[in-house]
Amino acid sequence: MATHAGTCPLSQTRLLDDSFMEHRAQVLAVAAFLDRLDRSRDQDAGGDFRLTALREALHVLTESEGGRVGRVQMLLSDRDVRLLEERDRQNALGASGRAHDLQDGGEG
Amino acid sequence: MRYIDLHAHMISRTTDDYHKMALTGCVAVTEPAFWSGRDRLGAQAFADYFDHITTFEPARAAQYGVAHYAWLCLNPKEGEDRELARQVLALIPEFLSRPTVLGIGEIGLNRVTRNELATFLDHVELALEHDQMIHIHTPHLEDKYKGTRVIVETLAKDGRIDPARVMVDHAEEHTVEMILDHGFWTGFTLYPRTKASPARAVDMIEMYGPERLCVASACDWGPSDALAVPEFVLEMRRRGHDEALIYRVVLHNPASFLGQSPKFVRPDAPRERVAAD
Repeated sequence: MATHAGTCPLSQTRLLDDSFMEHRAQVLAVAAFLDRLDRSRDQDAGGDFRLTALREALHVLTESEGGRVGRVQMLLSDRDVRLLEERDRQNALGASGRAHDLQDGGEG
Repeated sequence: MRYIDLHAHMISRTTDDYHKMALTGCVAVTEPAFWSGRDRLGAQAFADYFDHITTFEPARAAQYGVAHYAWLCLNPKEGEDRELARQVLALIPEFLSRPTVLGIGEIGLNRVTRNELATFLDHVELALEHDQMIHIHTPHLEDKYKGTRVIVETLAKDGRIDPARVMVDHAEEHTVEMILDHGFWTGFTLYPRTKASPARAVDMIEMYGPERLCVASACDWGPSDALAVPEFVLEMRRRGHDEALIYRVVLHNPASFLGQSPKFVRPDAPRERVAAD
């Protein structure tokens, strides 16, 4: 059962006709990226929080329930809403190392 | 189709971009004050910046028939420095009376720290004191969810804030509902890699409807596209949405939000507004 069922005006066949090739390419790009990581000379990112988040996100993509993009967004988010005492860095990294410590719903 | 790009950092774009935006129907842009890619050396740099985006940019845009407006603030990336914030906040009032300044923005949070929140709240006080509209930046990537929650919940507790005069920008799938549920306006900023793509922005409009929703390019010095709004229009048409809905999102809605400032000259005729409502 899709979330917000019926809100996209195009048929599934039309969506595939229009966009299958684009998303086929994106799936292949992710597959090739994972292979590239496997082939890397230095296998030094096994515990990297970004790779962990990416692998978890890929599981979400195969789920049958709608709302996948929202769940992936939350997987990639810092869910601890407490303020930082001081700025640790200026830039964002795309995934949170802290998020995976809070999978049981700890939102501060 | 005529459109308004409600969020465009034109100071970092070439004149060719104004030309292309005008060719694709852009009638107005609003430029929030932002981070230049490096921390400025002092408060006087902000005075120069505010002068630039309230004199040079409107003149440059006018050559192509595009109206240019600005929002002023110390941006969230530099908000950690409380002393700098105090100095910049003291500079802002003298610029607020300029004819193209619409309000305070884009204020907000970056890493969601105590100092950033204090600087954000100082800007909110300044806006209230001078009866200014507010444009808010929500943080990037992994910090967006927590930053948006802190911003929305903080403002919702303040009875002096009219959410209809506040734009909480850079919404994505995990933040759009909380922004709209609290009565704020929100925007999808259309980026090639981060924020929202045109296709995902259309998805969210299909799911949540067009009420209090705008789209913008947020084009700046990074990977971004000054023609992102026309790309959105194209995606809406590919999906089969009618011209009235597209018009509402790209012209009527931003004009309705911005038109709350007496300085903003609405590009849509009164008859068009009635039809869009």
